[in-house]
Amino acid sequence: MAQTSAAVAAPATSASQNTLADRRLAKVSARDVNVYYGEKHALKHVDLDIRANEVTALIGPSGCGKSTFLRCINRMNDLIDIARVAGSLTLDGDDIYDRKIDVVQLRARVGMVFQKPNPFPKSIYDNVAYGPRIHGMAKDQTELDEIVMTSLEKAGLLAEVKDRLDEAGTGLSGGQQQRLCIARAIAVSPEVILMDEPCSALDPIATAKVEELIDELRENFTIVIVTHSMQQAARVSQRTAFFHLGELVEVGDTEQIFTNPQHPLTQGYITGRFG
Amino acid sequence: MTEMVEQTSAPAADAVTSRLKRRYAAERRFQFMGMAAIAVALGFLALLLVSIFAKGASAFVQTQVQLEVTFDAGILGVAPGADRDTLASGDYLGLAKAALWSRFPDVSGRAEKRQLAALLSPSAGDALRDMVLSDPNVIGSTRKVWFPVSDSVDMTNKGYLPRDPAVEGARLNAAQMGWLQSLEDGGVLTKRFNWQFVTTGDSRDPTQAGVWGAVVGSFYSVLVTLLLSFPLGVATAVYLEEFAPKNRWTDLIEVNINNLAAVPSIVFGLLGLAVFLAVFGLPRSAPMVGGLVLTLMTLPTIIIAARASLKAVPPSIREAALGMGSSKLQMVTDHVLPLALPGILTGTILGMARALGESAPLLMIGMVAFIVDVPSGPMDPATVLPVQVYLWADSSERAFVEKTSAAIIVLLLFLAVMNLAAILLRKKFERRW
Amino acid sequence: MQLLTLTVVLLLLTSIGYRLGRGKAVATAGGNPRLLHSLPRYHGYFVALWCGLPALLVVALWLVAEPSLVRHLVQSGLPDDTLAIGEERLNLLYNEVRNVARYGMTASSPVVEAAAQRYGELRATLFAAAAALALALASGGLAFAYQRIKSDLRARNRVESVVRVFLVVCSTVAIFTTIGIVLSLLFESLRFFQSVSPIEFLFGTTWSPQMAIRADQVGSSGAFGAVPLFAGTALISLIAMLVAVPLGLLSAIYMAEYAAPRFRAVAKPLLEILAGIPTVVYGFFAALSMAPMVRDFGSSMGLSIASESALVAGVVMGVMIIPFVSSLSDDIITAVPQSLREGSYGLGATKSETVKQVILPAALPGIVGGVLLAVSRAIGETMIVVMAAGLSANLTANPFEAVTTVTVQIVTLLVGDQEFDSPKTLAAFALGLVLFFVTLALNIVALHVVRKYREQYD
Repeated sequence: MAQTSAAVAAPATSASQNTLADRRLAKVSARDVNVYYGEKHALKHVDLDIRANEVTALIGPSGCGKSTFLRCINRMNDLIDIARVAGSLTLDGDDIYDRKIDVVQLRARVGMVFQKPNPFPKSIYDNVAYGPRIHGMAKDQTELDEIVMTSLEKAGLLAEVKDRLDEAGTGLSGGQQQRLCIARAIAVSPEVILMDEPCSALDPIATAKVEELIDELRENFTIVIVTHSMQQAARVSQRTAFFHLGELVEVGDTEQIFTNPQHPLTQGYITGRFG
Repeated sequence: MTEMVEQTSAPAADAVTSRLKRRYAAERRFQFMGMAAIAVALGFLALLLVSIFAKGASAFVQTQVQLEVTFDAGILGVAPGADRDTLASGDYLGLAKAALWSRFPDVSGRAEKRQLAALLSPSAGDALRDMVLSDPNVIGSTRKVWFPVSDSVDMTNKGYLPRDPAVEGARLNAAQMGWLQSLEDGGVLTKRFNWQFVTTGDSRDPTQAGVWGAVVGSFYSVLVTLLLSFPLGVATAVYLEEFAPKNRWTDLIEVNINNLAAVPSIVFGLLGLAVFLAVFGLPRSAPMVGGLVLTLMTLPTIIIAARASLKAVPPSIREAALGMGSSKLQMVTDHVLPLALPGILTGTILGMARALGESAPLLMIGMVAFIVDVPSGPMDPATVLPVQVYLWADSSERAFVEKTSAAIIVLLLFLAVMNLAAILLRKKFERRW
Repeated sequence: MQLLTLTVVLLLLTSIGYRLGRGKAVATAGGNPRLLHSLPRYHGYFVALWCGLPALLVVALWLVAEPSLVRHLVQSGLPDDTLAIGEERLNLLYNEVRNVARYGMTASSPVVEAAAQRYGELRATLFAAAAALALALASGGLAFAYQRIKSDLRARNRVESVVRVFLVVCSTVAIFTTIGIVLSLLFESLRFFQSVSPIEFLFGTTWSPQMAIRADQVGSSGAFGAVPLFAGTALISLIAMLVAVPLGLLSAIYMAEYAAPRFRAVAKPLLEILAGIPTVVYGFFAALSMAPMVRDFGSSMGLSIASESALVAGVVMGVMIIPFVSSLSDDIITAVPQSLREGSYGLGATKSETVKQVILPAALPGIVGGVLLAVSRAIGETMIVVMAAGLSANLTANPFEAVTTVTVQIVTLLVGDQEFDSPKTLAAFALGLVLFFVTLALNIVALHVVRKYREQYD
């Protein structure tokens, strides 16, 4: 069980705690990742492996750095001028922060779904077709149609919108918008999908639908989800990582984390004593 | 889904690379276009400023010649003991001419002497008159005095006109060039600071024309504008922001203000002509009327700025004041206004800067007249700096191009000072709630 | 001078009123201001307002009414044969009368001399009357208010309601300005349309409002078909927009999306300088620097470019409008929610793809509104075209030729001395009316579009 104690987070010790096998299995692997926002040390010495075709949930109280970590994986932190990332973060063994890595290609491989649904002010069709178009993924219109349809289908939205693909994406309900954003993300067939509290702006029924969808997507994608809801983490994820004050406190199989947490902080959080 | 992944992630690697190359090329092109747009705009600004400063800087100096003058009562036609008016009526220009002739004793013959005298400015006698008026006893004595030269000589000496009389466009003939050369060699021909330009009013003669009249006219106009638009603007803003009920009447006022802000300035000029001049019978060309027109024009700007800074004062301050039992007016005068004042002042200064640079509406109310005297009050006929620029730009004399540019420099200096004041004010009192 | 003295006296009385009022209030309360309904200074203000306000109103009224009143009285005293010389010469005569009376110029005729004397007397009498009235009102008001001061006088409420009325009156100035504009333009335009039909004005294609020096001169009637002016205005505005919109928009995009904060902090104010430069400076630059340059360049290319071409005026005007377009677009682009950018970047889009395919479409309505405002500004711009565009009313779409615009013609028609009633001068007001309504319509539409846009993302 990979576990990093909050107190002993020195790189040398934590590296030894992760077996080599773990790292080979991992789709995304973080070693001693630190993030600074200007003076603020937002993420401290994080070691974490994310396995392929699993849902990994990142939980923890507000401001614990879980979203920051998520945004490191597809380098969305690049957009913040004062953010600085140190340490090693690999995708299939390739260093994400290597100079040779093209951030545009990286983001095509690591898609993202945001907290608030953010469909572009375009038609539903154009929303989904946007990614394939910019990456030149379709040879012709038929192929593009196919990608759009498949993605909408996969996102469980096709039935609801197939008669109004030309209508504005912003006209859909909140839950539909979020599934549209998921369809948009999977249209570029990424390997990893990052989800930053994808259900926090949705009502319970829409949430249930999205959670169901996440479970289905696991078959083809590696998913990392940040969530505030421990029930959600328990429902959709196979592995759970608990962050506290910028440090990774504990990571393990979801069942183990929720039934038998090793660290007192984790226990305190999941039993609702703080957070 | 799996098929799609294979199908799309498997295309030949070089196809992906070449596509990426194209995308990055487009990215660079786009970024370059943005930079180029800024460069073009700033380049134009630089071109404009450089061309104006290059043309105008020389107007602040004036070519002058130093001559030895004998204050000959015979030439002057007045005696030292005469009263002021008689003293002032003496032939001082004749005195200056005589001084020049005596420097070139071999010049004889009426035509030649006239050509020599033409080197001097028609206002060459003024300095002598001032000397005599301040001390009549100089009559009879001999002094060294600096005289302004005519605009042809000035322009030639500054290099705007060809020195070679054979070249087209030259305004001095060979003999005049010879005299000029001899004065230069004698070290008595130099460029000195042009006090006349910054202390006198307009004139038909470019060497005598100055901007002071226009500066004073601008001052009175902007002063009237400030005195009227500041209280009016602040009162309106306070009413709309703090007191006015939300109803159709206040909506109407708001819509009105927003639209007035975008009405072309010349329309305000038409209003001034039809109302202030024709109906109220106010005098043409007066800074007072100019100020009234500019007030109506700048009022929306000030109101909008004042409202924005009143809005920026957090409601908690208002609640605190009301909670202490102060009346609404006390809340405004004691708490809200002082906090909003820096913002209001900044907006006002910017509005005044705009009023200072405005000319179109003032053309309508007759501030384009040719006015020599420096105005002594807001009811006197006057012109303003930007209109002076317009008037001089219309003149055909080469020397006025230089004067126009110089007047623009003066105008830009005033604007720069005002904008700087606004920036400093904003910096000093900037507050984040 | 007398006026100044009177004003000073009135202000002095007012301040005395303030002190008296405050003093009496304190005295009434027996040194314990808590017994008063309002603070002592409000009692002071109360008395001061009663003392100063009516008196100063009288003075203001006198200031407004005096010139026309005196003129009316002086003119009615003139001999009949002098009155018969016609409006225009009467104006000149009256000016002379004023100059004689005020500045001691020598009168050209005994009639003027007599009138000047009458003018002086009338002015003195009227002023004395106004001053007496003002002083009486001031002291009366002071006495009245002073004796009303009691401990339970609601002085603060009284003072505040006066201030409130003042605020309301101030806020109506904007309305009166609009009414004034509409009425004066409409009134003069209607007079113009009595001699020239609106159809001819709006649809006629010949514009030549010659000044008739003699009535029998050829073409003295003039032609008032404004289509060439509208076309010229449109042509120059179009050229200006072709310069300002791409440059302004691209600058705004670069500033908002690409520029490092330090570059932005320098470049943005520099760009704003372009907007702060008076338009007369642009006009001078266009006419004296750009025009010869463009003409020489054209002739070297074998093109004949007029020295007052629409091109030069349009380009220079476009440059002037760049900061206007760019700062509006900048505001609008930054109002596009960050989440849309992130959504696009998260899919692996480059910056330019994000800008072109997500941000600009999202910002389009706002940008359109901004461009409309810029168009309205271009249409109403005066000095650049007065100095750099021509006077000849050519109906052409060729940017190398000289065209004239509505604003140029307004200025040409009204600058210089001419009678107020000729169709020539009145035509300027008709043009002004068209200008006012066109820009008004553009502004209303533009402000509406921009507001809708902002609501969308609020």
